[in-house]
Amino acid sequence: MEVLAWLIPVSLSLGGIGLAAFFWALKARQFEDPEGDSRRILNPDYDDHPKD
Amino acid sequence: MTLAETPRLGACPACVATPAAEELAARPTAAEGPGSVQISLPTIHCAACISAVERGLAGVPGVRNARVNLTLKRVRVETDPGVPVEDLISRIEGLGYEAHELDSSVLAATEIDRKGRDLLMRLAVAFFANMNVMLLSVAVWSGAEGMTRDMFHWLSAMIAIPTIAFSGRPFFESAWSALRVWRLNMDVPISLAMVLAVALSLWETSLSGKHAYFDAAIMLTFFLLLGRYLDYRTRAAARSAAQELTALEVPKAWKIEDGAEVQVRISELVPGDVVRVRPGGRVPVDGEVLEGTSEIDRSLMTGESLPAFAGPDSQVHAGEVNLTGPLTVRVTAAGKDTALHRIADLVAVAEAGRANYNSLADRMARLYSPVVHVVGLATFLVWFWISGGDTRLALNIAVATLIITCPCALGLAVPAVTTAASGRLFRKGLLIKDGTALERLAEVDTVVFDKTGTLTMGLPEPLDLDRLPRRHLEAALALAEASSHPLARALARAGRDGGLRPAPATDLSEVPGYGVEGRVRGQRARLGRAAWVGAEAVPETATYLRIGDAAPIALCFADSIRPGAEQAVDELRAMGKRLILISGDADAAVRSFAARIGIEEVISEALPEDKARKVAELAAEGRKVLMVGDGLNDTAALAAAHVSISPASALDAARVASDIVLMNRDLGALGDAARTAVKTRARIKENFRISTLYNIVAVPIALFGFATPLAAALAMSLSSITVSLNALRVR
Repeated sequence: MEVLAWLIPVSLSLGGIGLAAFFWALKARQFEDPEGDSRRILNPDYDDHPKD
Repeated sequence: MTLAETPRLGACPACVATPAAEELAARPTAAEGPGSVQISLPTIHCAACISAVERGLAGVPGVRNARVNLTLKRVRVETDPGVPVEDLISRIEGLGYEAHELDSSVLAATEIDRKGRDLLMRLAVAFFANMNVMLLSVAVWSGAEGMTRDMFHWLSAMIAIPTIAFSGRPFFESAWSALRVWRLNMDVPISLAMVLAVALSLWETSLSGKHAYFDAAIMLTFFLLLGRYLDYRTRAAARSAAQELTALEVPKAWKIEDGAEVQVRISELVPGDVVRVRPGGRVPVDGEVLEGTSEIDRSLMTGESLPAFAGPDSQVHAGEVNLTGPLTVRVTAAGKDTALHRIADLVAVAEAGRANYNSLADRMARLYSPVVHVVGLATFLVWFWISGGDTRLALNIAVATLIITCPCALGLAVPAVTTAASGRLFRKGLLIKDGTALERLAEVDTVVFDKTGTLTMGLPEPLDLDRLPRRHLEAALALAEASSHPLARALARAGRDGGLRPAPATDLSEVPGYGVEGRVRGQRARLGRAAWVGAEAVPETATYLRIGDAAPIALCFADSIRPGAEQAVDELRAMGKRLILISGDADAAVRSFAARIGIEEVISEALPEDKARKVAELAAEGRKVLMVGDGLNDTAALAAAHVSISPASALDAARVASDIVLMNRDLGALGDAARTAVKTRARIKENFRISTLYNIVAVPIALFGFATPLAAALAMSLSSITVSLNALRVR
């Protein structure tokens, strides 16, 4: 049963990381244009040109 | 949760959320940098469109960056200061896409979509908590005993209580604001169920009881938030669309100050100012012409398809389009005092009459809310009496009943369907501005069409060109190409398409308001108005050609049918709707057009009041009228109709008055919209039936005290998922 003392905090913090990632994505406006982003992968152009 | 968000309740979240009007009133002035422009692109739809537009714009000198947003169908362009928007728009149009400039200051309000993100954040927290509490609950359901079970319950409580306090806030706020004014809305039973479930579970846990409803409370929060978020998204889309449309009319005018032209906002103009109206531009104010001659297109205001002459001392009105020559106009009324605005005000009156439409969700909510409370209370009292005063048992069963009856599936029933349906119609170029528009569209049995600008493009098309000798046509083409008058442009386009080459011509000059003259093959030739050319006027729309001293020839035009109009009319007729055509245009023109498109009931030369009266008469006969129109003369009728549709090219006031706006040129989506509306209503009703059925099965189980947290969780998620899947069938 001691394993629970580990597993429960671990599962909670893993979930918490997911939640934090979602918050970040939301704040970084990743959901602004879902439709367009799904099509842009078909596009050979760079969104941001890598520095040569 | 549309159920709670009826405007009538006065205490609903929709009213708390700032409506578009207020946002417009409080629009931020300089939300974006000087060189940033947004352009609406109603017809883009694919990866190739994105890169074509972005690359095309990048090629325009002065453009720093262009980024297309396909979800909103618009592009944001950052430019060096002083790059005219017209260049960008003509570039995009050159690529074959429709483009309209948007007023960034109006749009800024929707960009910062705080409420949507706030709801999404609460939803994410509820989801996270739900997963974790469910994990602990599964252990309890599979037989954890004694200490372990208590520990799991305490852990659940630690997660659940802050989550519900955070995620449940929209419900608590709305319930509280309803209770404060002594009303009940759907959020009252929801909040009650959440709070009671958590409180009772805490009490049970402290007594090491067997059942705790933390998971049920969180699941409830999650599903209801999901419904509310979907509902909000449809509303937000509609609201941003409404703003986008207001934004389509960029409120600027060219004012003449000390002999120089300065661009000013229309709101800054006062009577007595002098403004310049360029050919092709919309007249921004009411006023009288000081200098210049031209022709004025009044079709949006009156439905007349024939342009009217304008010269010194003639009156022009806001909303009319100047066609050929530049005009200098002295302002007699600007902004709110213009004829355009006065008519728009009349619309507000007509609209008020329609506001008392009862949506399906309202009717359901009114039935449901009291029942839930009465059932909950009765359960408690009956069990209290049966068990001989066992408060704990009675409360347990009452809370279980409240949770089970809580309108989880009901909260998703309407938003899930309307979201799916509006998404589908948005892809077809239809914007649903009003949440109940689809329900109302489903009830329609009569369709009233306007002619000019709605069923027609408002663009003339020359008739019977073949019957003229080629020589004349070539001469006409040469003259027509020197003018930007719509009839001349139509003639030039038709001539080019017919493989004609313009005759050699010299000394071409346009006389604004009259026509074009020049020397064609050495002979003096004129193309223009009847009196100017020296011809006898014919009743149809026509322009007249005279070469040398030969008899003048009339070139007749008819308005070209809007693409998809015939399809829309055929489909609506096939659906058994009664079709009526009402137009302000001349009788002959209307009748010949009606015959072409296949509508039998025709009313012509109708004044704006006649249109509204006809719609009101039909409504009095018990008919549900769909009005499709675009002009200012249609506005009152649009507002009076059961439901109304206008094309995006319509005047501001007409679009504001209508429930659905067609974003692209094609009318063909109309039949599809009607079918989708019928399907939407059917799905909503089905969803109500599904959730009622679930209540019929589950409530007795709860009433007899057999409901466990596991049963509640299962029933709740099953019914919510069924309802959502059923909604997807609309697509």
